[in-house]
Amino acid sequence: MRLTVNGEECAFDTLRDVAELVACLGLDARKVAVELNLAILPRSAYGSTALAEGDRIEIVHFIGGG
Amino acid sequence: MDGSLGLESDSWIVAGRTFHSRLIIGTGKYKDYALNAAAAEAAGAEIVTVALRRVNLSDPAQPMLVDFVRPDQFTYLPNTAGCFTGEEAVRTLRLAREAGGWDLVKLEVLADTKTLYPDMEETLRALKLLVAESFKVMVYCNDDPVYARKLEEAGAVAIMPLGALIGSGLGIQNRLNIHLIVEQAKVPVLVDAGVGTASDAAVAMELGCDGVLMNTAIAEARDPIRMARAMKHAVIAGREAYLAGRMPRRLYADPSSPLSGLI
Repeated sequence: MRLTVNGEECAFDTLRDVAELVACLGLDARKVAVELNLAILPRSAYGSTALAEGDRIEIVHFIGGG
Repeated sequence: MDGSLGLESDSWIVAGRTFHSRLIIGTGKYKDYALNAAAAEAAGAEIVTVALRRVNLSDPAQPMLVDFVRPDQFTYLPNTAGCFTGEEAVRTLRLAREAGGWDLVKLEVLADTKTLYPDMEETLRALKLLVAESFKVMVYCNDDPVYARKLEEAGAVAIMPLGALIGSGLGIQNRLNIHLIVEQAKVPVLVDAGVGTASDAAVAMELGCDGVLMNTAIAEARDPIRMARAMKHAVIAGREAYLAGRMPRRLYADPSSPLSGLI
């Protein structure tokens, strides 16, 4: 399936839900926040939110800043 | 005298939360996160500002801020650096709230990349959007007492005027305006941006500010840890001087040794 993650179009094997995407990218779900098609996705919903072809996902985390 | 000079009880409160350190430090521009954490420790900081950015998908194993400057040791103050509109700021802070559950945030809406000067019209609009979503907003702003008052009326929990441009290290350019802002504000006032060295931080505190926020002054010092320590002392010294009440300024000399009884 094709998804746009952080502005980049990427091809994935079929992913069941957002939790699978986060794991497949090698990220620790406790340290990131996810936006799915411009809506914030609560961490508790990662495992129950299905992904669809063409979804736009932003995955962010905290970095140093002033 | 217990020797503590009463500093233990000299706390300040923002959005109902009590802090003892009046020095907030940024987490940008450090050589690495380990040095950043050591500087935060040396500064005695309780609050650190942080930015929110896309994760690096090509290298998910790179060091993460939360593993060094730990959120269970420091209060994270997510910022909106890099946002130029109210909508961008709201989107960023919604994500920050989801990432860590923080509702105490730092709003900065900048006008252009050359000066990083705050766009006050857009800042005020963004503040209203955030307040409507129950965020507790500390606002980076220019040193304009009129806009400072408008921000407070719109629900800002702290007013954070610049001393000079972000990253310039030029010190407090308009002491009069900072003084006016402090005098009228009922919420904490912190100088944010422009501090270059310890005396600048002391000046901010002597003007009656509740605290100082700085990043570059520590991160770009030759010895960041030592500068962090210097800033800690400067903030305490400035605060103590403010509370002590300075002597009046005089045009001419006034002898410290009595003139009577001279041989």
